[in-house]
Amino acid sequence: MCGIVGLFLKDRELEPQLGRMLSEMLVIMTDRGPDSAGMAIYGDAADGKVKITVQSADPETDFAGLEDSLKAVLGDDVSVAPNNTHAVITVDEAAMEAARNLLAENHPTLRIMSVGEAIEIYKEAGLPASVVQRFGLSGMSGTHGVGHTRMATESAVTTMGAHPFSTGADQCLVHNGSLSNHNNLRRELARDGMHFETENDSEVAAAYLTAEMKKGKNLGAALESALSDLDGFFTFVVGTKNGFGVVRDAIACKPAVMAETDRYVAFGSEYRALAGLPGIEEARVWEPEPATVYFWEHQ
Amino acid sequence: MPTIDLETASLRDLNQALHSLGRDEGGELWEILNPRGSHAVAVGVDAPLEISVHGSVGYYCGGMNQQASITVHGSAGPGVAENMMSGSVVIKGNASQYAGATSRGGLLVIEGNASSRCGISMKGADIVVKGDIGHMSAFMAQSGNLVVLGDAGDALGDSLYEARLFVRGSVKSLGADCIEKEMRPEHIELLGNLLSKAGVTDVKPEEFTRYGSARKLYNFDVDNADAY
Repeated sequence: MCGIVGLFLKDRELEPQLGRMLSEMLVIMTDRGPDSAGMAIYGDAADGKVKITVQSADPETDFAGLEDSLKAVLGDDVSVAPNNTHAVITVDEAAMEAARNLLAENHPTLRIMSVGEAIEIYKEAGLPASVVQRFGLSGMSGTHGVGHTRMATESAVTTMGAHPFSTGADQCLVHNGSLSNHNNLRRELARDGMHFETENDSEVAAAYLTAEMKKGKNLGAALESALSDLDGFFTFVVGTKNGFGVVRDAIACKPAVMAETDRYVAFGSEYRALAGLPGIEEARVWEPEPATVYFWEHQ
Repeated sequence: MPTIDLETASLRDLNQALHSLGRDEGGELWEILNPRGSHAVAVGVDAPLEISVHGSVGYYCGGMNQQASITVHGSAGPGVAENMMSGSVVIKGNASQYAGATSRGGLLVIEGNASSRCGISMKGADIVVKGDIGHMSAFMAQSGNLVVLGDAGDALGDSLYEARLFVRGSVKSLGADCIEKEMRPEHIELLGNLLSKAGVTDVKPEEFTRYGSARKLYNFDVDNADAY
């Protein structure tokens, strides 16, 4: 199973409501995936700044003094904003690599959820409603976002096994389905320098797209290649800094419904997830075609 | 005229009320409001009722239907009217994948498009789609009739048994063992009746092409042994 929701706003007036709309959609998808849930929200990008979202199993200990410890090496232009088990670390773009190295060396218990100018990823094991509540996702604003409710099949129910997966700056992927060639692909991608945190098949799909985009492809072209290189069942919803893409395998047995109005593009594993959106009665509602890439980008 | 609003009543309340009717109790019009994509709306009904659903439904609406005439004023999720035995299900919008799967009897009408695997393994029902159908439709369909006023996707009628397929538009590709067949007078008559049952008045049976089984997969052919 698993449930996917996604929302790409065209109308900037809806941006303060992104978190609320996406959270409501996510909670409706609870019975497709009660094991764990997560959300990637794109918003609040500041020029020259990068956000590193980290997670800790022991946030009280790990986040206490984290800002001071980073400032001691990177200078004063660092902020740490804890949010439950996660914290968003904001640093100058130029200090991003140094910050990552510092986290890896001095704070090995912190796990990186996402890195990028706009992206923040929040995910945990537990019911979607409790994940939404613990991070206050309903109150977040942004330009676009994707969410996932997980019913685990290919790897353990852990924070790191929850979706979205992020394997490149401002990129994320959520997946409903199961891949059959992920072990081979993981080995090939690892040989090319990609780093993996889990045994999860969806992380391989995310890393594959990151690797394709590193070669210079845009999201649409990377998704096109995925259709021939990934074997198995999949409905993917993918986010980038400006964009939002959807692709289903050629068999297309994993459900997907989309809705578009002049205010938003929305994705749901089922129509139920879309039923509460504003103006849904007049929206163009359709099922994405198999083996067909859809993507939207903010200019 | 019972009205059940799924905004306030539970799905269990609705289906239990429908199931507690006797097989001969009927004639009433039941109105169902605010389905908002709920699963299993009006599943397993066995009474000669009219049921009108106002809005879009999720998985398996009208599944296992017997006798009832169910109309959905909206679109339907996967598996609408799966295993229908008799009666009718009419979808005013589009239907998702495997509409009418394994349906044994009755009439399923989809006024918009149907997605992949429409009529998969159908076993005697009549399915009329006014728009297009997706890939792998009528896969292993055993008997009954699938009528498509628009186009069909890839691999139509793969491993087909004795169901009859009538397509008015183009067929992207035929599945294994599915072939074009001659429209004989009895097929024109049959199709004319099906179209009129589905309320189609502006389309003639002569506009359709018939597809059916070449019957080459019925028996094991030793020349194919290498394929296994």
